[in-house]
Amino acid sequence: MAVTDKQFLNPEKWVSLHADYLFNYTIGRLNDRDLAKDLVQDTFFSALKAKENFKGESSERTWLIAILKRKIVDYYRKINSTKGKAEVRMNFYADGEREGEWLEERVPTDWSGEIEKKIENEELANVLEKCIGNLPEKYAIVFRMKTVHQIETEDICKELDITTSNLWVIIHRARTQLRKCMEDNWFKN
Amino acid sequence: MKLTCDEASAICDKSQYNEASLWEKIKLKAHLFLCKKCELYAKQNKIMSTCLKKLEEVESHKTQHLNQEEINCMAQELKTKIEL
Repeated sequence: MAVTDKQFLNPEKWVSLHADYLFNYTIGRLNDRDLAKDLVQDTFFSALKAKENFKGESSERTWLIAILKRKIVDYYRKINSTKGKAEVRMNFYADGEREGEWLEERVPTDWSGEIEKKIENEELANVLEKCIGNLPEKYAIVFRMKTVHQIETEDICKELDITTSNLWVIIHRARTQLRKCMEDNWFKN
Repeated sequence: MKLTCDEASAICDKSQYNEASLWEKIKLKAHLFLCKKCELYAKQNKIMSTCLKKLEEVESHKTQHLNQEEINCMAQELKTKIEL
């Protein structure tokens, strides 16, 4: 009986059966349409090459997702290792006597006015999206997974191959940056 | 025991996800008692969390799909590879 349960691959049908699912999975993480399309296409190509390795123990889709996950972690490693240009703005003094204190221009200032109304405003989501979009990509990806998609810390670390302390540093930088962006573009204008 | 503002706000960020330890929360409380800047940060951070919840709701109803043209294009490219 077990033999009839064995799964087979059917590459001719991959696009029609799985492309949309894989695409939605990817865009939830990377938030970039063209990039998501490329990674899905790339997944199919790699899967085709690795066809012989498919043992038929999992479903075709599970196998394709595993390949896609490797594509995503490769992509993340690549952008994570490009230093410099996309670095987030500093929020605290990095050294000297005042090390760890708020930088003058980054100190939170009062959000006077009708905060409740601003939270209820339909435009809020768009402004937040823009502010997240302004973060360096390597921060935006982690931040979205953690905050917008509510993925567990442990799972994010596994999926992107980063450590827990790494994740919290990223979340901290993202949130201080985001606070400033929302202060300038939403709560104080 | 004493935290810098950088460390305190980092714990505050972590606690937005309920993942700060008890000891971290105690140290944070002590810092907030003395530091007006971080106290304000903590207050605004809560507001930020409320805002982000709204965004999460908006996004959870949104699924993104490939259009027919994109699907056809992908299928065509894969077909060429299969035939090789």
